[in-house]
Amino acid sequence: MPYTNGSTTPPVIEIQNITKIYKMGETEVRALNGVSLTIREGEYVAIIGTSGSGKSTLMNMIGLLDKPTSGNYAIRATETNRLSQNQMADLRNKEIGFVFQRFNLLARTSARRQVELPLFYAGVGAGKAAQMATAALERVGLGDRTHHKPDELSGGQQQRVAIARALVNSPSILLADEPTGALDTKTGEEVMALFEELNQQGMTLILVTHDTDIAAQAHRVVTLRDGEIMSDEMNGLTLEPTPVVAYG
Amino acid sequence: MKLFRYFSVALTGILAHKLRAGLTMLGIIIGVAAVLTTTGFGSGAAADITANIQNGGVNLLTISSGSSRGGNNPATMTMADAQALSDAQIFPDLVYVAPQYSSSATYTSGSEEGTYQTIGATANYAIVTDLDIEYGQFFTAEQVEKNESVVVLGHTVATDLFGTADAVGQSVRINNNAFQVIGVLEESGGAGFGSNDTRAYVPLQVAQGRLFNASRYRGNYSVSTISIQVATAEGMDDAAKRIEQTLRMRHNLSKDDTNDFTISNQADLLETISNVTGTLSILLGSIGGISLLVGGIGIMNIMLVTVTERTREIGLRKAVGAHNSDILLQFLIESLVLCVLGGLIGIGFSYGVAAILSRMSFMPFAIVIEYWALVLAIGVSSASGFIFGLYPAWRATKLDPIEALRFE
Ligand SMILES: Nc1ncnc2c1ncn2[C@@H]1O[C@H](COP(=O)(O)OP(=O)(O)OP(=O)(O)O)[C@@H](O)[C@H]1O
Ligand SMILES: [Mg+2]
Repeated sequence: MPYTNGSTTPPVIEIQNITKIYKMGETEVRALNGVSLTIREGEYVAIIGTSGSGKSTLMNMIGLLDKPTSGNYAIRATETNRLSQNQMADLRNKEIGFVFQRFNLLARTSARRQVELPLFYAGVGAGKAAQMATAALERVGLGDRTHHKPDELSGGQQQRVAIARALVNSPSILLADEPTGALDTKTGEEVMALFEELNQQGMTLILVTHDTDIAAQAHRVVTLRDGEIMSDEMNGLTLEPTPVVAYG
Repeated sequence: MKLFRYFSVALTGILAHKLRAGLTMLGIIIGVAAVLTTTGFGSGAAADITANIQNGGVNLLTISSGSSRGGNNPATMTMADAQALSDAQIFPDLVYVAPQYSSSATYTSGSEEGTYQTIGATANYAIVTDLDIEYGQFFTAEQVEKNESVVVLGHTVATDLFGTADAVGQSVRINNNAFQVIGVLEESGGAGFGSNDTRAYVPLQVAQGRLFNASRYRGNYSVSTISIQVATAEGMDDAAKRIEQTLRMRHNLSKDDTNDFTISNQADLLETISNVTGTLSILLGSIGGISLLVGGIGIMNIMLVTVTERTREIGLRKAVGAHNSDILLQFLIESLVLCVLGGLIGIGFSYGVAAILSRMSFMPFAIVIEYWALVLAIGVSSASGFIFGLYPAWRATKLDPIEALRFE
């Protein structure tokens, strides 16, 4: 199979027949309806679909921010429904970087402090954390904005602070929900170049987008519709949806 | 150290939300200050009254006209009663018997004029009630005997009339009679119940006759009260009993009649007063408690207003790897810092108010801040700070990170 890093890398994310149902009084919303998906180490995947198709719900599930109503999810062959809250928190802290669709920055807190947050919970000392946070901000082009608070930053700059925060702990998996949504074309391209570079270095990348041009830069495109996987394409080649395979 | 790191997170959080922190602290400050100053008033008043009564002398019995049940008090006690009780053969244990007749009179000196409680007394009154003379002296038994027109002024009376406490030798008109000042009392401090500062003393029969034209009862001048010093504290009850018998006989009361006089003993008085001041403390304490409640509600409101923002913050912290214990610890330290700071400011504020008020001339006593009030105030306000600060945090830790992030 035409994975960029070869087809033999081990699976990082294995999702089997996941559903997520929101109950709104009488009516049920099936945000995810029997989704199965396997993503291997070093893949670069774009998830596309119309608004309300369940992209964010799937990302939150992958990022361990939310729990499925039914189905199984294993991360590096560890069944997540067996993990304690604290174990999940540690995985979110060390393995996963998450860029939210709504940036979710802390009010009245400087960019550097925002980026230091994951380091604090990882137990990194204050001096080293400040260094690492500054480096991460420089990487997204905000080296001169470290002391700015969210209300002193543009939307695109806030987005980049959120990206720096997701990257600062050097996670092996980066999840980004509409990372270029708030950015102009040029800054969007810079961020995409950064993602490409991170993927070259071996980071597994999953991003949600509306934009087919952005999706085209990924190596694999998963299309959602009404909570189900419509198609799963590799570099323009249509593949069968990933078969449900039992591992381990 | 881990705890130290949380301290810096909590401090950063407080500094990032100065208004919220300030309002929370304000609630605690108001609560603590309200409790401390109101209960301080009560304790101060109680301490002042008790001290004044204890100043009054030792082993003191006071006999006054009328039954203890109140009603109008006909002047049933007379000079003859006082004389009967002065008989050392029958009452060897009554060291001093000091009858008094008191009423208020108008004093004039030049253009100064004032109305003061005037007590007609015998020479031993100064000993029985333990009066301290600053200038001159109290009148002697001889001066009382001769009905001399002399007066001993309380400290405030002297300064009001003459502008100075040293008024000995001056003359003053009392109800238009000329008197000579022969002594001025020391300032007794405080002005409340039982203070001497606004009183004046003249020989007994001068008061009964010339000044007030007291009523007569069976041919004898009536007296307002008789103060009696008993030899020993243990002998007080026995002396009171024998005095009661003698007076009942003298007043021709039959077995079924109730006493037409009241014997009160200093210990009883103290007890009554401490009941009164106890009630006062409870009253003021409840006012303070209400203020504390209001402060607590203030804190709660602020916490509730910020609960959305805080829940999102908690969601984010959890999303980037915080454990529930991390969150709770952060919020705990944050409220601890606010409560301790607010509590300290509140205490400082109360002591400031107490110091300023106590120096004001209209305050009859000093405000006394007691330790139990300190503990109560800090305890309750910190508890409200903790509960209202921690509750949203505790609730938010129950949510999945995404639910907390979406919280509205
Ligand atoms: N907390 C919730 N309660 C109820 N329904 C929800 C909730 N979150 C999402 N949904 C519903 O689930 C469906 C999928 O939502 P989701 O946010 O995953 O869409 P999306 O694909 O990310 O859309 P967009 O492109 O607009 O971000 C929607 O129909 C939405 O209304
Ligand atoms: Mg979305």
